[in-house]
Amino acid sequence: MADLIARTALAGQGPVTWGGLTLREVTWDRITSVAPFRGADVGALLDWPAPNRVVARDGGRIVWTGPGQAFLFGPVPEGLADHAALTDQSDGWAGLALEGKGAAEVLARLVPLDLDTMGPGEASRTLLGHMNALIIRVGTGFEALVFRSMARTAWHDIEAAMRGVAARQRR
Amino acid sequence: MRIDGKGRIDRAAPVRFRFDGVEYGGFRGDTLASALIANGVALVARSFKYHRPRGVVTAGSEEPNALVEVIEGLQRTPNVRATVQEIHEGLVARSQNRWPSLRWDLLSVNDLAAPVLSAGFYYKTFMWPRAFWERLYEPAIRRAAGLGSLSQRGDDAIYETAFAFCDVLVIGAGPAGLMAALVAGRAGARVILADEQAEMGGALLADVGEIDGAPVSAWVASALAELGAMPNVRMMVRTTVTGVYDGGTYSALERVGLHRPGDADLPRECFWRIVAGQAVLAAGALERGIAFPDNDRPGIMSAHALRVYLHRYGVVPGERIAIFANNDGARQVARDLMAEGVTLVAIIDTRPDAPTAENCPVYPGASVTGTRGRRALREITLRHARGEERIAVDCLGVSGGWNPTLHLTGHLNGRPLWDEGLAAFLPAKDAVPGMHPAGAATGLFSTAGCLADGARVAGLALGALGRDGPETEVPVAEDADYRIAPVWEVAGKGRKWLDLANDVTTKDVRLAAQENFVSVEHMKRYTTQGMAPDQGKSSNVAALAVLADATGRGIAATGTTTFRPPFSPTSIAAMGAGGRGTGFAPQRFTTSHAASVARGAPMVEAGLWYRPSYFPRPGEATWREACDREVRMVRGSVGVCDVSTLGKIDIQGADAARFLDLVYANTFSSLPVGRVRYGIMLRGDGHVMDDGTTARLGAAHYLMTTTTAAAGEVMRHLDFVRQAYCADWDVRAISVTEAWAQVAVAGPMAKTLLDSLLDAQVDLAFMACGSVRLSGVAARLFRISFSGEQGYEIAVPARYGESLFRDLVARAETLGGGAYGMEALNVLRIEKGFLTHAEIHGRITAFDIGMAGMVSGKKDCIGKPASQRPGLSGPEREQLVGLRPVGDAVITAGAHLFSRGEASVRVNDQGYVTSVCYSPTLGGYLGLAFLRDGRARMGEEVRLVDHLRGLDVACRVCDPVFFDKEGIRVRG
Repeated sequence: MADLIARTALAGQGPVTWGGLTLREVTWDRITSVAPFRGADVGALLDWPAPNRVVARDGGRIVWTGPGQAFLFGPVPEGLADHAALTDQSDGWAGLALEGKGAAEVLARLVPLDLDTMGPGEASRTLLGHMNALIIRVGTGFEALVFRSMARTAWHDIEAAMRGVAARQRR
Repeated sequence: MRIDGKGRIDRAAPVRFRFDGVEYGGFRGDTLASALIANGVALVARSFKYHRPRGVVTAGSEEPNALVEVIEGLQRTPNVRATVQEIHEGLVARSQNRWPSLRWDLLSVNDLAAPVLSAGFYYKTFMWPRAFWERLYEPAIRRAAGLGSLSQRGDDAIYETAFAFCDVLVIGAGPAGLMAALVAGRAGARVILADEQAEMGGALLADVGEIDGAPVSAWVASALAELGAMPNVRMMVRTTVTGVYDGGTYSALERVGLHRPGDADLPRECFWRIVAGQAVLAAGALERGIAFPDNDRPGIMSAHALRVYLHRYGVVPGERIAIFANNDGARQVARDLMAEGVTLVAIIDTRPDAPTAENCPVYPGASVTGTRGRRALREITLRHARGEERIAVDCLGVSGGWNPTLHLTGHLNGRPLWDEGLAAFLPAKDAVPGMHPAGAATGLFSTAGCLADGARVAGLALGALGRDGPETEVPVAEDADYRIAPVWEVAGKGRKWLDLANDVTTKDVRLAAQENFVSVEHMKRYTTQGMAPDQGKSSNVAALAVLADATGRGIAATGTTTFRPPFSPTSIAAMGAGGRGTGFAPQRFTTSHAASVARGAPMVEAGLWYRPSYFPRPGEATWREACDREVRMVRGSVGVCDVSTLGKIDIQGADAARFLDLVYANTFSSLPVGRVRYGIMLRGDGHVMDDGTTARLGAAHYLMTTTTAAAGEVMRHLDFVRQAYCADWDVRAISVTEAWAQVAVAGPMAKTLLDSLLDAQVDLAFMACGSVRLSGVAARLFRISFSGEQGYEIAVPARYGESLFRDLVARAETLGGGAYGMEALNVLRIEKGFLTHAEIHGRITAFDIGMAGMVSGKKDCIGKPASQRPGLSGPEREQLVGLRPVGDAVITAGAHLFSRGEASVRVNDQGYVTSVCYSPTLGGYLGLAFLRDGRARMGEEVRLVDHLRGLDVACRVCDPVFFDKEGIRVRG
């Protein structure tokens, strides 16, 4: 058969800029959910993140996503499957990166968290509008992961928030 | 009239606007009210009930009279307070509740009928005939009395909601609020300072006194500059804190674009949810009126408003002004006006011992007992010790004292307390946890008192946060006593208005008491006092004082009505920002969405998902033609359908099998690896929650499939069970719904199609599963069927979903098949008697659907004990059956069933129809239904009656599996 063509969740959607902030799709090679089995110690294979924390690692990072659960971005260490339930989440999530000064002000329209105090290395499972989301602080901005099927709504909502905030600055 | 050089308006920025079709000029910084006053416009509104001519009364959000409609293109915003609306170039406003014009309002005949139009008039008069109320009386009354009108169009403007967080929320930026914000800000706390005005400063903006030896305005400017320079302080102007909620959460409404429209992206308003560790309520106080005869004419205003208009906007609403007051505070108004050369014709003070120091006629122990002037005040009558006299005036400033703005302290059910000395209600202590009232909101009416109190209360807030307050020197300021002798009502002939917004007089309140509506809450409903956009801000206390007098109970015992959010009018559009149309909920799209739309498929909503209804082909005129063809295609060759919307839950761990046995009614621990089993899941109450198939991928690894509708509910249920009932089990569950695109391939040629697709041929038995590869991509293949045909579902990582769907459809078409949509899917499953949530709708037990045997007797499961309760099984239950019309007739879902010969009335109801389709396979309509004791009634003829659509059809009861009951085709 012909090759299967891979498409990202927001394929065809180019970056947009409003008020000095840029929204773009961000993709990752691999996201794996890691849920250590009862009594298992995964410490030898990876640094387990504390709640709402991100741990950077070679070629990726691991992000806390819930009690006993984290998302591993990047390669999976050999032997991890013996100690933890793993699932491939790579295609389940759409990634939206909002970059620039004032990103927290934009996301404050959608996310019911105190984003001003969310520092580097922090992340949260929360809401983006009405959507289940994983928000990760990255530099001056944020990455938001939402269900792949909701990518367009997330894009629309964030861009609408960007336009509103940008319009306030045009005086 | 504008006074040269006065005011805080920007004289370099003239603004043109229109009111009632006439163009006027103002300046940036003007409100509509101040600009109209500057242009000498006294008559701005007609009253609610009697269409009395009315003018501007206040200078704030409490305005009861000056409500206007603001017109923007085709949009119209009614009941906008002219005292809040800032003017901008091109603003168009018009008066409301008048016809044909504000000057000549025909409905002012109501005013002539006023003697009979007292409170309760409508209730007492329009009682008969009963049916006329809704059809005739109420619409007619509503047309005659009322507020502004809507455009009858959807509001397509942009609104916003947003969240904010702080340590200390300071509500109001007057002397107390500014001082509190300074103290909290200097201590390093995160501060939000919110003020409803366009400019911060509160009462200080209308004060020409001194603070620390400098003009008040200089102190305000330096305080604002200091606050503005603090990175930990956020200043929100035009932001009204509207409500208090649990846990230190406050709502606030910000006017974002209402004063500077023209930017399509700019939201009109933003509805904020502010979470604050502590709050300072420094909302100030509102001046109240005095009820004297004919006290509602244009030109009769709050005395303090005169001061605000003078100092903030440089306007004076008259040339011959009088002041009528019962307290010392109003004297400053007179002094300020005289200082600008305005003629003060009289100060009328109800207190016999009132000071007479002012350089104008002062009448101690006097009252205003009447007024004249139809469209503007012309003359007042005053009564004093020496008799009555008439004075020509064109403006009368009235002050009946001050009411602390304590509304927010009532939002968590706190009740204010009456203070005899101040003749005012004061906030109860700790009415709202973590919210500290300060300044005028607590009855401190001097600038010095407010500054000191703001600093003190900020210290309390900081202490509660565990922070040290810095040493604060409170600035030196005016510290005059507030002396008042309460006067609520002046004796005399004529109507004495309390609530200008609702046309309620003292007589109405007394009538309420006379008719035994003696509770303040009953008086409010009977008279409508305190309703409408202003919620009685300027009339509540006076009204209940009159009620207290009428009932002899005293004010403290009478109490106030309940203050509820919002503090001031809040647009629903702001609270529901972004929720219009498809913004109501997220839209979920499958990876094949674009491919389906490209094939012309109408998309239908299935929960939040969009799924193709059918795939029309040239020559097909109706959905039925396409649907019938798609059904025949699946039964005859092969069909392709995206089923990615079904929930998929990955379950792993040593106790995974045990866990599934607990959540499913039937057994999954016995399922061999590489096999799939159908299961039903019960709720704790014994009813069916969901059904679906679960595959065993490994010894300790399962993949559960849920219905589309219950995917979220089942995931939540599994999380709950795992955490609450078996926290120590070794089981891990996570949704993988979105990670996989899954496509059903069904029909006698399904295998042929798959063989052409997969990298290696796979022979799967019915209800088996395995790993496969297609063009190198790892995929999962399940041999399951929701159509009764030989069927497979193939799952690939979602990134390949669209590509796989397009490829499968193209291959199916070469085999004489193609894509099928939800309509055909539904027909196929009804023909087979398969269930959806149309059947397992929440009130259904396993017994009802003939699956009692699936509730395993060998093990326990969630819902099993409850399912065995009496009444959840037996002949009294409505049981799943099939229905076929006798003869060639149409039947409908939603219809009810009755025994032959019985009348089709409720008490004879025997059941109802859940799903119906036309079956091209069997040539006729099929229905699934729940019928009382249905399984014992096979072959019986029943009546199907659809009262809504007027159907009455004889149907034969049959087995719910209409087609291929033996399941030969599915094993094919």
